[in-house]
Amino acid sequence: MGSGAQASMSGADLTRAVGRIAHEIVERNHSAEVVCVVGMQRGGVWIAEQLAQRIVAIDPAMRVELGSLDVSMYRDDISLRPVIPGAITNISFDVTDRVVILVDDVLYTGRTVRAALEALNTFGRPRGVQLAVLVDRGHRELPIRPDFVGKNLPTHLSDEVEVTVDGVFVTKERQA
Amino acid sequence: MRHVRSIQELGSERISRLLDLTDHMVEISARAVPKVTALRGKTIVSLFLEDSTRTRLSFETAAKRLSADTMTFSVSSSSVNKGESLRDTIETITDMGVDAFVVRHKSAGVPWQMTQWTDAVVINAGDGAHQHPTQALLDLYTVRQSLQGRSMEGLHVVVVGDIRHSRVARSNVEAFSMQGALVTLVAPSTLLPSSCDHWPVRVVHDLDAVIGSADVLYMLRLQTERMAQGLLPAISEYSSLFGLTSSRVDRLKSSAVVMHPGPMNRGVEMLVDPREVPGSLIHQQVTNGVSVRMAVLFDALTQGEGVEGDSAMKGAM
Repeated sequence: MGSGAQASMSGADLTRAVGRIAHEIVERNHSAEVVCVVGMQRGGVWIAEQLAQRIVAIDPAMRVELGSLDVSMYRDDISLRPVIPGAITNISFDVTDRVVILVDDVLYTGRTVRAALEALNTFGRPRGVQLAVLVDRGHRELPIRPDFVGKNLPTHLSDEVEVTVDGVFVTKERQA
Repeated sequence: MRHVRSIQELGSERISRLLDLTDHMVEISARAVPKVTALRGKTIVSLFLEDSTRTRLSFETAAKRLSADTMTFSVSSSSVNKGESLRDTIETITDMGVDAFVVRHKSAGVPWQMTQWTDAVVINAGDGAHQHPTQALLDLYTVRQSLQGRSMEGLHVVVVGDIRHSRVARSNVEAFSMQGALVTLVAPSTLLPSSCDHWPVRVVHDLDAVIGSADVLYMLRLQTERMAQGLLPAISEYSSLFGLTSSRVDRLKSSAVVMHPGPMNRGVEMLVDPREVPGSLIHQQVTNGVSVRMAVLFDALTQGEGVEGDSAMKGAM
């Protein structure tokens, strides 16, 4: 967080939002035997872990598979800037005919989600993919929308949004 | 510099980046559909002016897993037979619009010479008796994998065989020494280079004296065509002195690993079936070869200097 960072969600807000999203996921997928919660490297991974715990707490009958996905090899800007892969993908279960919840911290242009959808296909053909994000900051460049949102946060293009366990912080470039 | 021509040129920083990147490629290779879109739209040419099975197929598989387009050049059906020079061949292929050459040539230095004739990335798949950097990288990776997180510092690597004509030996000596391993070369004096003084190695002529202390036993292929040059009195003599026999396998440390770059000469340097050698990593080397070459191609073709698009990138080189 820079000195100009403003908290737009506190840690407690964030915990409540994760809880609400977990409830929404259970409500929408109560007929599914298994849901696969896949966090996007790196920002989405810890949120996916929390979501998975909350889902099981809400509905102990629901089986949850937890995974993580690195999409750097599927990005559409590979030749435009150096690619530094994050942590390694870990999906040790079959996604075919299952519901996959993709989880990320911030939804912005939608390009990472597009890459994730393509990456996911190399693991099988899910019955459906749903998108859960903690913050939707707008400025979509692709026709992608989230299924579950923690908070809609209108931002300027030059703003920086950072999500940590302590909350969501926005840095306005010109203010600092 | 994005070319991949020698271990020294790569340097330890880029080597460790490549080895880390290989972990990603191993995960990708294990998927139901082992394919990523990373190099979509890139064209890679395999220019093998010397025979190869595993290196060529390994590079091609790697390129395909990354979604690159590949062109294969085989001398027997090319205009090289009409007398076209290497320079003209490379300039012609470059004119078709390619992003990388994977080149193997019988003469040392060709990958360096080539960069004057093309602005594509050049990847050395073996130049004469000089360098074979991707082989050394896959060997490093395979050893690193077998160490499960332990350091290579102080590891005893014993390289046995035809050091003199071996580009694999040259690249591996550099690569393993860079990681802090201690390298011993074992060979008859006719199969050693005229001087090893500048190499960070120990040279011995008796395999049995060092086999018990080896952590890595690296068997080189005996290039049997050397017989004709009078460098060896008899293959059977070489085999009994420098070959891996079952009694030598018994004298290896229980933790030791055995490697061979292939192709293997059964009954010459390998007198046992590698499947019966407990520490054999020979199959692992081939499997890892694909992932390591994926990392090499990906790194060489995508670590752009932050400019827009490929043409600008080439122009900036």
